Amino acid sequence: MKKVFSYLSGYKKESILSPLFKLLEACFELAVPLVVASIVDRGIGQGDRGYVLGMFFVLIALGAVGLAASITAQYFAAKAAVGYSCRLRRSLFEKMQFLSFAEIDSLGAATMIARMTVDVNQVQTGINMTLRLLLRSPFIVFGAMIMAFTVDWQAGIVFAVVIPVLAGVVALIMGVTIPMYKKTQARQDGLLLSVRENLTGVRVLRAFCKEGEEIARFDAKNAALKKSQNIVGAVSSLMNPLTYAVVNAGIIVLLYVGAVRVDAGSLTQGEVLALYNYMSQILVELIKLANLIITVTKSLACARRIERVFALDNPLERIGDGAVYTENAVDFENVSFSYNGGGNALEDISFSVKKGETVGIIGGTGAGKSSLVNLIGHFYDATAGRVLVNGVDVKAQDPAALREKIGMVLQKAVLFKGTVRENLLWGNEDATDEELLRAVALAQATDVVEAKGGLDGEIEQNGRNLSGGQRQRLSIARALVRRPEILVLDDSASALDYATDAALRHAIASLPDKPTTFIVSQRTSSLQHADKIVVLDEGKAVGIGTHEELLEYCEVYREIYGSQFKEATHA
Amino acid sequence: MPEKNDKKGWKGKKVKKGTMSAILRYILRYWYYLAATVLLAAVTVVLTLYVPVLVGDAVDCIVGKGAVDFAALAKILRNIAVCVGGTFLSQWLMSLSNNRITYNVVRDIRAQAIRKIQVLPLSYIDNRPYGEVVNNVVSDVEQFADGLLLGFTQLFTGVATILGTLVMMFLLHWQLALVVLCVTPLSVFMAKFISGHTYSMFRAQSEVRGEQTAFIDEMLGALPTVQAYSHEDENLEKFDEINGRLSKASLSAIFYSSLTNPGTRFINAVVYALLALFGAFTVISTGGAFSVGTLTKFLAYSNQYTKPFNEITEVITEFQNALACASRVFELLSEAEEKSDAGNVELGHAEGNISLQDVSFSYTPDKKLIEGLNLNVVKGKRVAIVGPTGCGKTTLINLLMRFYDVCGGAICVEGRDVRALTRHSLRKNYGMVLQETWLKSGTIRENLCMGMPEAGEEEMIAAAKAAKAHGFISRLPQGYDTCIGEDGGSLSQGQKQLLCIARIMLLLPPMLILDEATSSIDTRTELKIQDAFAALMQGRTSFIVAHRLSTIKNADVILVMKSGSIVEQGTHEELLKAKGFYAELYNSQFR
Repeated sequence: MKKVFSYLSGYKKESILSPLFKLLEACFELAVPLVVASIVDRGIGQGDRGYVLGMFFVLIALGAVGLAASITAQYFAAKAAVGYSCRLRRSLFEKMQFLSFAEIDSLGAATMIARMTVDVNQVQTGINMTLRLLLRSPFIVFGAMIMAFTVDWQAGIVFAVVIPVLAGVVALIMGVTIPMYKKTQARQDGLLLSVRENLTGVRVLRAFCKEGEEIARFDAKNAALKKSQNIVGAVSSLMNPLTYAVVNAGIIVLLYVGAVRVDAGSLTQGEVLALYNYMSQILVELIKLANLIITVTKSLACARRIERVFALDNPLERIGDGAVYTENAVDFENVSFSYNGGGNALEDISFSVKKGETVGIIGGTGAGKSSLVNLIGHFYDATAGRVLVNGVDVKAQDPAALREKIGMVLQKAVLFKGTVRENLLWGNEDATDEELLRAVALAQATDVVEAKGGLDGEIEQNGRNLSGGQRQRLSIARALVRRPEILVLDDSASALDYATDAALRHAIASLPDKPTTFIVSQRTSSLQHADKIVVLDEGKAVGIGTHEELLEYCEVYREIYGSQFKEATHA
Repeated sequence: MPEKNDKKGWKGKKVKKGTMSAILRYILRYWYYLAATVLLAAVTVVLTLYVPVLVGDAVDCIVGKGAVDFAALAKILRNIAVCVGGTFLSQWLMSLSNNRITYNVVRDIRAQAIRKIQVLPLSYIDNRPYGEVVNNVVSDVEQFADGLLLGFTQLFTGVATILGTLVMMFLLHWQLALVVLCVTPLSVFMAKFISGHTYSMFRAQSEVRGEQTAFIDEMLGALPTVQAYSHEDENLEKFDEINGRLSKASLSAIFYSSLTNPGTRFINAVVYALLALFGAFTVISTGGAFSVGTLTKFLAYSNQYTKPFNEITEVITEFQNALACASRVFELLSEAEEKSDAGNVELGHAEGNISLQDVSFSYTPDKKLIEGLNLNVVKGKRVAIVGPTGCGKTTLINLLMRFYDVCGGAICVEGRDVRALTRHSLRKNYGMVLQETWLKSGTIRENLCMGMPEAGEEEMIAAAKAAKAHGFISRLPQGYDTCIGEDGGSLSQGQKQLLCIARIMLLLPPMLILDEATSSIDTRTELKIQDAFAALMQGRTSFIVAHRLSTIKNADVILVMKSGSIVEQGTHEELLKAKGFYAELYNSQFR
């Protein structure tokens, strides 16, 4: 967990001063019983009102100085914790942005967001609390014991027995309940799943008339949760009564020992009072300490999870070989690829694409179509063979510069909160409005932009005020804005109807500086005019050629085509 | 715990009336536990208050060298032991009783909630993010439980302790008691003052935090796009800007709120000092009538007296928050329900004759969707519905399944208005495969047999084979007993769809609804299950929604929908001849 806590290093001063000032406060607090003892023994014993008044001011002064020390400590603790979490969050965000696609796939967006928010906040709370309490509470507990020893060693022994017993009780209860809480938490997650399913699957569940059954399932889970809550509750609610009992047992013994010592003349009445006060202080601080331990345990778990994100380290491979091997726009040379060391998603793919050509990629679900086009922009490393763009191995090119040349339209069209213009400018920051509108027209999205009120129209988060088809057309426009050398349309016309899909293809094909275009699709109609079609089946290229060639010799292509056109062509 | 405020503190301000009485109704079901709690709280408080009295008496027995009354002391110490033992028992039993009340109430509320969800109109569920309702039933109820428990354990005993100590102090020495009474409210005022000021700071923090979370959510959710457009640096810049503001807001919120504890501690210290001062003076001036032991009692009481004040301010925030959570839950529980099935008749086994008579429908009154829709489908006919996205295809299915009720006109099955039939008997006659495949977490077997739990192994496998799902299922590690996670987990979209089809193949209901049932299956596999589909549809009334025109060509009637109404209706050939909207759609795929 080195990395996670290294961000604290900028706050060394605060991290040291805060606990120190807390200690100071604790010292003043520990002095109080002694002052009270002297009030009893000297002030009352000798009837000295002046002395009592003096001690009164000492008490007030102790409180005031303690307050000042405490405020200083709180400030430093807050500053360190907040500053720390600010830096941690920033570098975590930076780290996540530069994760490779493979890592993003394995982490998942929901997890990443949870790490950035819930976990970082918990670590911040943990640090804040630790700085404030970790030294203070044990200090008061042990300080009280030491003070007791200085007052009277025999009374001190009572403390030396009570404290470990208390600590043992607290540790035992926590040791028993923490795993039990985990189990209740799991039961609660089960309940959550149940509720979620009843909402997400409401149509299916109602269609199958499963309402009664779902209620019964839920009730069973609910009862199980209640049972484990009751059990863990019974154990954890022993904490207060038990510690109370232990401390008071200590007080009984203390009073007796005190009585014997006073009788023998080696202790005063006021000192007995002081010992009694120390014992009471221990109880309060020990409970605080127990709570702190729970907070710290939680924070450490969060820190560990964050650390695992920092530890992710399989960046994209880079090589130095910048030689230009071919004049083609894109070459695949015996390329194989697998996700995270699993089975091959692509196997031994070879083909070349000249500048300005259109390539179709077709195949069933899971055939490896997306994986193939993602290799062009070096979003993944090819596990064998090499991918060349403009004749140079992608592994030898700067990723940002490489991707600058490519207009990617991903399967899942994503837009961002902001105006239509802001979204389109992602493609090219320097584009003029005229250029933006031209790209929009090319992408058959003029009606979408107009419906939103022009380029200044607002798009909501994730583009949720647009339909799937509208999002796709805008994201195509965004890709066209950068006038890419290579345009990749990853199944990006799936939500478009046939007419729009066709119009889009014609528009792109008629561009003067026509980009090299990759079209991934399940529809043969979208691809049949391509210069070259790559037919994928379970990761293997089972056919590469034109529509006509493939119809002739590629069995899989014929089947796909037949399934979509057989009946149609007879009509 | 000032951090708690930051998340939900101020939400507690808005608590709906009636929430309290609703909570009370739930609690009063367990009145016997409640009675036990009150009784035990009283016992606990009396005993804990008596202990300082005894300790004070004990201190009075220990006056000085050779002046210790051991006989009296032993008796007092024994009494202390008895009291402590009693406190231990009553405190623990009270906690147990509190736990029982809380967890029972929470279980009851949740049970009520899940029952409610089953009868909520779909319009409610469709229009709310799932997370919100889940939050209501799980987190809100949990928060409520925490608050309730804390309220029970601390509020009761806290108030009783304050009252008890006050009475005791007045009994011991009313002048000194007055001193305590006057000064302690200061700490409450101060806590209030601080929390009043930090309220706006927490609010500011929470706003910036919300902004940041939205940004993170958006960008991390779309990392592939971010990287494809090399937008990382711009994002980082924006992030830094928000992060800086968050940092500032957090610092002031956390720091100022953390002043509460030192502040109240200081005021308590002042009370303590004042007591020591006046107490000592009183001892001196009364010449021992007011003993050191009594002073000890006083000091102990002042500690016991001030502690609940600090706790109660915390409890009140927590409790307010709990009330806010509870009111959200009760809001859900009091939502309008679907029209009840009471008095409706059972449909029995339908033949499959359906008619729509002048049906009109809209989700929102101001936006008409379907109007004057007439359709007559006789047993065994195949109806295909085509049209662009958003034209109302799915709405029609919602109406057929009676997920929504028509606004005007009527839908009749076997000549009977569906609104006069029980929903279960109607839905049992339909088999539905939707584009959005949904599977429940559980085994493949559980999912396949969802409509027919009593189905035998062979029947199930036959259905899976017909849906071409048997192949991939048998390749899974545990075959039909493989557990799949929420919503199909690791299965591909296409595999999930095959399972949904198999689920229907097993059921063989008289009427079918296939909404883009094969959209995620590649066309080769689709071709392979076509025969099974054809067999399934044989003799059954079916409604088919599809993008792929080839899959709907053989329908007996094709409904072409455009913005809510049926613009064309007829067979494939008729519609092509008409050269209308359908012909346009159809031809576009060969351009």
